[in-house]
Amino acid sequence: MSEPVPSEHMSGFALDPMHQFKVTSLIEIPFGAINADFTNASLWMVIGVVFVLVVMLAGPRKLVPGRLQSVAEMAYEFVANMLRDTVGDAGRPFFPFIFTLFAFIMAMNLQAMLPGSFAVTSHIVVTFALALVVFIGATVVGFVKHGARYLRLFVPSGVPVVLVPMLVVIEVISYFTRPISLSIRLFANMMAGHTMLKVFGGFVVGLGLLAGWMPLAVTVAVFALEILVAFLQAYVFCVLACIYLNDAIHMHDH
Amino acid sequence: MDVEAAKLIGAGLVSFALGGAGVGIGIVFGHYLSGALRNPAAAQGQFPNLLLGFALADATGRFGLVLGLIILFVF
Repeated sequence: MSEPVPSEHMSGFALDPMHQFKVTSLIEIPFGAINADFTNASLWMVIGVVFVLVVMLAGPRKLVPGRLQSVAEMAYEFVANMLRDTVGDAGRPFFPFIFTLFAFIMAMNLQAMLPGSFAVTSHIVVTFALALVVFIGATVVGFVKHGARYLRLFVPSGVPVVLVPMLVVIEVISYFTRPISLSIRLFANMMAGHTMLKVFGGFVVGLGLLAGWMPLAVTVAVFALEILVAFLQAYVFCVLACIYLNDAIHMHDH
Repeated sequence: MDVEAAKLIGAGLVSFALGGAGVGIGIVFGHYLSGALRNPAAAQGQFPNLLLGFALADATGRFGLVLGLIILFVF
């Protein structure tokens, strides 16, 4: 078996599929021992947030909406319906949070599809921070609403007493793996998708003019799938956040 | 066994995750289709759930891919 191929620098530019995830520092900010530099990840986050703000706030609000206002209204209604379907009316106070979450992840996922941009959500730091906010937030909401009775979430009702200790252990484990599964789902999807695109892009370059169109066709198809996945993962993240909120607000008696 | 060889074998074994993802996506779409043919009127309402199921099943295959990349590039 040969040595692993040095995948860097084939005909000049980087073909290493992992190269696109490299965080580089653009503006150095001295902040003690902590690295607080303005990186390319920060840059694309700022671009995404500005983009969302432009879509949501730009232009006068008209009774008959224009294109931009239609997009804003559709996004609003989409998230509002999602929250109403999963949590019900008790979820209304959490709408701003869920909408921000959705808009942020959606903007990050979609702008990552631009060639040459940076996929912020393909870094587990970002997704885990988001998931941790959702998890801690839902737990705090549960304790504020139900007090110590919230712990009964871990005790399933209507099971034989013999099984209860085992089920409590399972419920506790499943509760505490929520932020992990939530963050890894988004991160793995984005990273796998972008790596896959880059690998097939490398095939196009490697095969050249003669046979390069075959992986090119695959790349185009995968690109379309990735745009769908970018939307779906934002949706899934928010639906699961809503479900966790629903657990916290209504516990099991729904 | 050589560590390098073990890494490559492990990365290859990870492709079994794709089998699970394939079965999952097939079940999601197959059951949606059979349910939609029985009751086409209710099919539209379940479309978001179809996409949710697809995304959840799809994610498991990608977990495998990430695991393979970790085996290959991190260790």
